[in-house]
Amino acid sequence: MIKSEQTEKLAFWLLLLATIIIILPVALVVILVLVKGVPAITPEFIFGMPRDGMRAGGVFPAIVGTLCLMLGTAVFSLPFGILAAIYLNEYSQKNWLSRIIELAIINLAGVPSIVYGLFGLGLFVTFLQFGASILAGSLTLAIMTLPVIITATREALNTVPKAFREVSFSLGASCWQTVRYAVLPNAIPGIITGSILGLSRAAGETAPILFTVAAFYLPSLPQSVYDQVMALPYHIYVLSTQVPNVSEKIQYGTVLVLVGMIFVMNIIAAYFRTKLRKRKTW
Amino acid sequence: MQNLKFKIKVEKLNLFYGDFQALKDVSMEVKENLITALIGPSGCGKSTLLRVLNRMNDLIEGVKTTGSVKIDDKEVLNHHNNLIDLRKKVGMVFQRPNPFPLSVFENVAFGLRIRREKSRGMLEAAVERALSAVLLFDDLKDKLKDNALTLTLEQQQRLCIARLLAVTPDIILMDEPCSALDPLSTMKIEELMAELKKQYTIVIVTHNMQQAARVSDECGYMLLGELVEFGETKQLFTSPKDKRTDDYITGRFG
Repeated sequence: MIKSEQTEKLAFWLLLLATIIIILPVALVVILVLVKGVPAITPEFIFGMPRDGMRAGGVFPAIVGTLCLMLGTAVFSLPFGILAAIYLNEYSQKNWLSRIIELAIINLAGVPSIVYGLFGLGLFVTFLQFGASILAGSLTLAIMTLPVIITATREALNTVPKAFREVSFSLGASCWQTVRYAVLPNAIPGIITGSILGLSRAAGETAPILFTVAAFYLPSLPQSVYDQVMALPYHIYVLSTQVPNVSEKIQYGTVLVLVGMIFVMNIIAAYFRTKLRKRKTW
Repeated sequence: MQNLKFKIKVEKLNLFYGDFQALKDVSMEVKENLITALIGPSGCGKSTLLRVLNRMNDLIEGVKTTGSVKIDDKEVLNHHNNLIDLRKKVGMVFQRPNPFPLSVFENVAFGLRIRREKSRGMLEAAVERALSAVLLFDDLKDKLKDNALTLTLEQQQRLCIARLLAVTPDIILMDEPCSALDPLSTMKIEELMAELKKQYTIVIVTHNMQQAARVSDECGYMLLGELVEFGETKQLFTSPKDKRTDDYITGRFG
């Protein structure tokens, strides 16, 4: 009796300790970035062009660049990802083809991001002659994000009870009508959540944009999808390794802007998730 | 009862889930405007048989059928068959009340909406007709905009029946429609069934022998995929021809 009480106590403290250790790095990163980055945040820093070899001025072109890449990634990855997920979940039979597709998706998710960068360089920049451009960078990021979008969409579709599909079919609905009227309305918040999380991950990636779009120093805004842009993750890398004598304030300020953008995206995702949970009364 | 028209004719029906044979050489005839019950222990194939009639088994992968099922003398098992037309004609009520998380109105209007009925007046008339037929309209006429999931289980099951009636089927298949309901609600749904059979042909699968005895005109007893006995309910329950049926209805088995 005594023994089981003791092991219970030990287990409790061990589990609690493990959980706290998980929080620790997150808390430290956030505190460090906030403390060192907040003083840098001024209107000039956010809306200004970099000056003096990036040692002064703002990060506006990098913010715009990252936003362009997000938009481009969404344009290319969302339609393909969501439609493919609907096909795999609602239409395809289990056969060799669907198994190959699923295997491909799993493997796509496991490819290191630098490999995507080189792949994008080879296919989009060189072979298709898009050059280092928003187009090439967005396509590269989109391919990297596809498995996340597909997986998230399929999970969202799977949370819709099978009974809804059965009823819809039993009332004489076609497969598309069932998807359109019985399944999608209940899956959309989940799809949005997963998509935003996928895109926010892409926003922070450096390797895939390294050779396909990112500009080292470009104090102007892009005019077309064939232009290069600066992007926050690459800009951070440049500031901390490539440019001598950059003040710590500017480095941490840039990190704070990127983390802040991703944070906002995740908040939006969380909003849709709670909305879904409230509606889910079945 | 003898001179009623046959609505459904099942002949030598075999059904396989992969290697497992779920229905063995089943033949039966369902007459128009009667309630036909299928009884038997769990896993005997009664739900499977029911789901052949509107081809809901097609949703499961690896299902194979041989034999013939004719509804109004038209073969149902044909692969070129238009399932959408078949299911329009042969509706289904499920075991658990399963309204969509939509308003009462939108639930009943669902089948019409997917048939591209857009006229508000037509939709309203159809919803009122269907809700009245299941005796829900007076209770819910001021709650048509409420979420259907806020209704009681019995109301939800009635609503599901109304949703089905709105698409004007000929045949209603019921897969243990009362198993999630309490006895009082069950009684009320049974009364509704007696009312509905004036216009519709009903096939019901039930676990509950008393229910089959109460509501059905004809009854089939199934065991291990075989239709052991099929006939008038009164006769089947009072003087079954097969020993296995006798064992089941007297409670020696099942």
